Amino acid sequence: MFYLSDNDVHELEQKANDIRESTIEMLIAAGSGHTAGPLGMADIFALLYFRVLKHDAKNPDWEERDRFILSNGHICPGLYATLAHAGYFPEEELLTLRKFGSRLQGHPHKGTLPGIESSSGPLGSGLSQAVGMALALRMDNPYTSQYVYCMTGDGEINEGQIWEAAMLAGKEELHNLIVIIDRNAIQIDGYTKDVMPLEPLREKWEAFNFDVQEVDAHNIRMMHDAIGKAQAVYGQPSVIIAHSIASKGIDVFERDFRWHGNPPGKGPEDRVPKGEQVETALRKLRTLGGAIEASDID
Amino acid sequence: MRLADHLDRNIFTDNVEQVPNRNGYGEGLKEAGEKDVRVVALSADLTGSTKTNLFADAFPERFVQVGIAEQNMASVASGMAAVGKIPFIASYAMFSPGRSWEQVRTTIAYNNSNVKVIGAHSGVSVGPDGATHQAVEDMAIMRVIPNMVVIAPCDVHEARKATLWAAEYEGPVYIRIARENSPVVTTADSPFDYGKAQLLAEGVDSAENKVGIITTGILAHNALMAAKELNEAGISTSVLHVPFIKPLDEEAVLALAKNNDFIVTLEEHQVAGGLGSAVAEYLSETHPTKIIRLGVHDQFGQSGTPEELLAHYGMDTKTLLDTVRKNLN
Repeated sequence: MFYLSDNDVHELEQKANDIRESTIEMLIAAGSGHTAGPLGMADIFALLYFRVLKHDAKNPDWEERDRFILSNGHICPGLYATLAHAGYFPEEELLTLRKFGSRLQGHPHKGTLPGIESSSGPLGSGLSQAVGMALALRMDNPYTSQYVYCMTGDGEINEGQIWEAAMLAGKEELHNLIVIIDRNAIQIDGYTKDVMPLEPLREKWEAFNFDVQEVDAHNIRMMHDAIGKAQAVYGQPSVIIAHSIASKGIDVFERDFRWHGNPPGKGPEDRVPKGEQVETALRKLRTLGGAIEASDID
Repeated sequence: MRLADHLDRNIFTDNVEQVPNRNGYGEGLKEAGEKDVRVVALSADLTGSTKTNLFADAFPERFVQVGIAEQNMASVASGMAAVGKIPFIASYAMFSPGRSWEQVRTTIAYNNSNVKVIGAHSGVSVGPDGATHQAVEDMAIMRVIPNMVVIAPCDVHEARKATLWAAEYEGPVYIRIARENSPVVTTADSPFDYGKAQLLAEGVDSAENKVGIITTGILAHNALMAAKELNEAGISTSVLHVPFIKPLDEEAVLALAKNNDFIVTLEEHQVAGGLGSAVAEYLSETHPTKIIRLGVHDQFGQSGTPEELLAHYGMDTKTLLDTVRKNLN
């Protein structure tokens, strides 16, 4: 991990903004899909694909690459947009999301779209696959510096399989596994504290032998430094609890769980007038300039 | 009755060798591990009873103990396959793929991942453990998954060959094996080819009554015993053993149906969804034939000896003989 200059941060913020714009356009064109997660994770997607990951968009199967597993597959519009901007496939294809014959399936399918490392959507199984990849890479080289990054939702960790995988990762001391939890505090039915309380979350992961960090998911420098530290951890896996703002960038959507599974144009009608939602959403995107941080809203 | 070449010469004697076919999995896996360093094995705390211990002892660095967590095991294996390994995951069929079905479907089959799923302790012949541990639904739930190959070996030799074959085949495979001793029907030289059924016994063409028995898994010996008695009584009886429930050897099934008055299927499984279903589905579309399906009829198993249970649920030689005689014209 190299030093991140102010200019680097600015460029990554610009990439994140591009990813958010594409995501909104895709969701509107599709007429269905998830808004909250992709907008909330755009900064981390940008940081991973334009700074952190060892990868080659022109050679997606490059054996020496790092792996990124999207366990919370429903936020794939954000990943698709990122992959397109990174050069894995043409950006024009983004607007085929969820349409018949598209490579951009409603939930990701490995083998259909370059850059997708695993089929996901049914929650809880991505982390297990990431553990398997990290294990296999370490079998081939005990000191491997090929990292496996796995993003999960916070609601997703209701799933028992997450904890089965965490137990195995802890047992196997998988230093090359870095889990990123989108801690946006919402899930489909409501706020995580109401649906299934997760706290104390840090202590849960520590109890499973993970190195735990908590960061602001929208502070690119803080997240960058956390990944650097996670890479340096040896003898145990790492988890970064990334506190994020669901739907970040569009103030009327932000932190409202009702936007978890709705696209702009189909959301809660009492917040945004239909019809105007699309342009409004794009116009209101406020991730540049007066950028906000997770800690600003509570 | 004409018997296939390469069958064990003791099959009709009291000296027929009795070996659990799970031993064939254990031996085959170890051999596969010797042949190919990419082969890895995972266990969910049932290393000994699935015979994975032979591999684990020989290649401890390629063995992963995941603890009692079948769902995790399925997806971890998918991840390992994505990095080039050839993972074999073994547990009791009731738990893997029983409990882990969605993980097998999505993270193994939908990913078209090169993972081999081994369902041990299948069927009611598990015996005293009772219905909780007797998988009689596993072939049905695996057969409906795209990309998945489904194999039920008849004995220890075939289980070994199926394991070695699966290690070389690129893609997801399910192999069901059994706990208890079962008669050794084939030999090390018997053929085992992808998607191929084996005509173990062929009845006499000129007979007035002709029946074709289609069997899978460890019940092949029951079918052969019945065929011997029926043929000796002048009822032409052929036995087609189908190790590959999927893909089904349609050519062999069709030929058997055309050559016989009716078909009886025999499997240690629910009659819905497994071999009987596969045969009925195919023949109803191509060559409508009377088919009587022997197996478990929409019931759960229970505790007992394997012999008591196979008799109770109608999968023993006597039931097969009675069924054939009752259905003669």
